[in-house]
Amino acid sequence: MVPLDWYIGLSAVIFVIGVVGFIIRRNILIMLMSVELMLNSVNISLVAFSHYLQDLRGQIFVFFIITVAAAEAAIGLAILVALFKNKAAVHTDEITEMKG
Amino acid sequence: MLPNLFFGYFAIVMVVLSLLIITRRNPVHSVLWMLVLFFHIAGLYLFLNAEFLAAVQVILYAGAILVLFLFVIMMLNLKEEITAERFIGEWPIGVALGISIIMLVYFALSKFIQGPVGQYTIEAINKETHTKTIGRVLYTEYLFPFEIASLILLIAIVGAIVLAKKRG
Repeated sequence: MVPLDWYIGLSAVIFVIGVVGFIIRRNILIMLMSVELMLNSVNISLVAFSHYLQDLRGQIFVFFIITVAAAEAAIGLAILVALFKNKAAVHTDEITEMKG
Repeated sequence: MLPNLFFGYFAIVMVVLSLLIITRRNPVHSVLWMLVLFFHIAGLYLFLNAEFLAAVQVILYAGAILVLFLFVIMMLNLKEEITAERFIGEWPIGVALGISIIMLVYFALSKFIQGPVGQYTIEAINKETHTKTIGRVLYTEYLFPFEIASLILLIAIVGAIVLAKKRG
């Protein structure tokens, strides 16, 4: 039997890769994909916990996370389309309307 | 021994694929590597006796969300994208932050104590199939969150149409 720690470690590594990708990439599309990566890594750890604790709640949560991820991808990509129509820019350092 | 080797294969391939996703220059390549990653995650779900979630992973993530990403990539200027700078100037700070989060998780993991186990053993789930068991829990114990999830999807549909339509 594979130890539960290994799953949590794998999930943490993929989550961190998602975080780093979100921070260092300039392209908004890749940043959205990094968010999906983070959500998936959390799903892995939830399913692993659900299996090892013999409780189905983790898998129910994964179900809801997948729902929210689908909604998030749809809204995020719609924002990207609107942004591209108005400014023709997909790089974060070119978008400075809000003077942040 | 064999399960450990199986997990090791999945872990190494998934980490390499994640690194490929965030470093590729061409967004189409990133999306295709992500497709391979999602199939591996589905395989890991099967390994953890969650066959319904493995099917949902392939249908929803690989089938729906990645197609959405590919549609949006068609709008981008790929020729410019391939020659543009990939990372922000301060990328070493991001990598250092990532390494520090990994250290944090490592120290937290060494203090981890597993809690008491529940009633859904593999035998109990196999007796009446995984989908039926998960469906019963979802539609009784989690009925209200399920309804809220439908509302979230409705908001996503309306929001996507409002955001992406032509201003008129």
